[in-house]
Amino acid sequence: MILVLLLVPTVGGVAAFFLRPAGPRRAILIVAALAHALLTGATWSVAPSAALGGWLGLDALGRIFLTITSLLFVAAALYAVGYLRREGHGERKDFAEGFLFDNAPEATFTGCLLLFLAAMTLVSVSQSFGLLWVAVEATTLASAPLIYFHRHHRSLEATWKYLLICSVGIALALLGNFFLAVAAGDHSATSVRLVLPDLVARAGDLRVVWLRAAVILFLVGYGTKMGLAPLHTWLPDAHSEAPSVVSALLSGALLNCAFLGIIRVQQVCAAAGQAAFGQELLVVFGLLSMAVAAVFIPGQSDYKRMLAYSSVEHMGILTLGIGLGAAGAFGGLLHTVNHALTKAMLFLVAGNILTAYRSKSVDDVRGVIRVLPASGILWVAGLFAITGSPPFGCFLSEFTILKAALDQGRAGVAIAYLTFLAVVFVGMATTMLGMAQGRPAEQPTGSARESLLGVVPAAALAAVALLLGVYVPPGLRSAIDEAVRVLG
Amino acid sequence: VGAAADTVLICIVLTSFLLLGSSRIGSCIRVAALQGVLLGFLTLASSADLSLRGPILALASTGLKGVAFPWLLARALRDADVRREVEPFVGYNLSLLIGTATLAASLWLAARLPRPNPDVSSLVVPVALFTTLVGLFLIVSRRKALMQVLGYLVLENGIYAFGVGLVEGTPMLVELGVLLDLLVAVFVMGIAVFHINREFDHIDTGQMTALKDWTR
Repeated sequence: MILVLLLVPTVGGVAAFFLRPAGPRRAILIVAALAHALLTGATWSVAPSAALGGWLGLDALGRIFLTITSLLFVAAALYAVGYLRREGHGERKDFAEGFLFDNAPEATFTGCLLLFLAAMTLVSVSQSFGLLWVAVEATTLASAPLIYFHRHHRSLEATWKYLLICSVGIALALLGNFFLAVAAGDHSATSVRLVLPDLVARAGDLRVVWLRAAVILFLVGYGTKMGLAPLHTWLPDAHSEAPSVVSALLSGALLNCAFLGIIRVQQVCAAAGQAAFGQELLVVFGLLSMAVAAVFIPGQSDYKRMLAYSSVEHMGILTLGIGLGAAGAFGGLLHTVNHALTKAMLFLVAGNILTAYRSKSVDDVRGVIRVLPASGILWVAGLFAITGSPPFGCFLSEFTILKAALDQGRAGVAIAYLTFLAVVFVGMATTMLGMAQGRPAEQPTGSARESLLGVVPAAALAAVALLLGVYVPPGLRSAIDEAVRVLG
Repeated sequence: VGAAADTVLICIVLTSFLLLGSSRIGSCIRVAALQGVLLGFLTLASSADLSLRGPILALASTGLKGVAFPWLLARALRDADVRREVEPFVGYNLSLLIGTATLAASLWLAARLPRPNPDVSSLVVPVALFTTLVGLFLIVSRRKALMQVLGYLVLENGIYAFGVGLVEGTPMLVELGVLLDLLVAVFVMGIAVFHINREFDHIDTGQMTALKDWTR
């Protein structure tokens, strides 16, 4: 079953590369996305058996992340079909600087999109640290062409930064893998498998110094990919230059994949009795990321960059949550789900606004509610959802993390956390409400009609995010509980 | 076996210094190729048992790091038809000086870490750390996109040296997966270099400054 989950997007992706007519190719995208989602849904009732000698397996943690990825991909695939219809091939004018540019071939885009899904699936089902690394690097390589969809110099600059910074970061995580292997090195054993259950079972024998060095390397390495400050610099550029549907996947699904890598390391750390060491590091990285976001969000003049910095902030919140013990980890994992849904929805809406106004500058966008009623309402709802206002899911999870900090008696952490949240709230509210209200200065230049495929996926994601605020399904709750238990 | 591995490791250090001091991109590519071949020898020298695993990995890594990557990079250099100087942000003499300091730091750091495996040469950890750090330094101190790719390769070489030198019995599937990822990475980066050259008429990343905060 796991192998089928991997094969569906891989085969679909390869087929999309070679299929000439656009219609069947778009059909493949939708069918593969739906099939993947159905299979993922089935894993909640029938636990899939491990494959490849224990290298692939789906535990509660992996299932949560796989489900987020799959759900977002369905929304993104539907949105992408509408997007590709509008943004076909052919020369077009850049609205910021006025030069002509072309888009990448649609076949490349669709193929890479599906291979990207395959790579992220592999991340979720990897039980071996080596395989996990290979999969995370594969996500970078599959998504780089997606960021370079609009072929002009700004997106190229963003792609280059993304490729280089993430590849170097992930290379450090590879060094972390080897350090972990040395830590686990047993002179009697002939091979070091670095498979999660094995490592956890023999965690007591790990050599502490090497383990600690490995943890730091993993945190820096996967942290780069996750967008933790100070190695987040690729993130705003990539998110602002990529097509909005790709930004939604990057923020909602890809960053989580890197986060999964960090959780896996913390899992081994906890089993080896080094939980406190890892947690301290996580708290520091988490607060630092939130601080950086709080500096860059207020007054940000590009609304897609603003959303990107908001992702840096939320990655900080997740990391902080995992660093605050069991209660915090519960909040952190719940927040992973909430943030992914909300942020992906916001990026999709941002794509609609961009299509209508043809500008990424906050100053050029006024009166979204008048011009695009559905997108405007979703934009405002998204603002309250992402900043953690009740009754949305983010409120619940952010509050859980706050409570965990207070229960541990860490008043300093709690105060810093609340301060950063407040600054970000004010910054985002000023910007986003200003965009939503008022009257457009002139009739927007782009097409002002909202398409069904542009609104429905975003609205569906918003509905789920709202639902999770009032009711956490027992299945999800028990899965998170199970995942938290292994984090110690 | 130990002496052979030590000789290879010292040669790797020398190639790293050559990379720091070379002023032509073409010669840097050739030195990196040499380093790739040396890593193949290191793989052979460190595989203790006479299984097929050592030779296969040695062959794969030599083929990729010693032949395929340099060929891809040389082709990108030819296509880009840029001025062939490295044009560093940090001068060659200073680079060499920093390299020496890095070597000292790596030796000091390696001495502080507990010896992982008594059978393995004590040079593996410092040399691997040194090569990794030189790769990082090349990435941040050279402005040509091609040299940054080269720096990334050197970084990966250092990590690979650590892997083959210390970690016995990493499953071959993982090793091959890592190499495959690297191949695709270099391929994608090569395409990116090609596009950068077409778009900007140069591959100087120092001039990529369109994306920043606070544009107002």
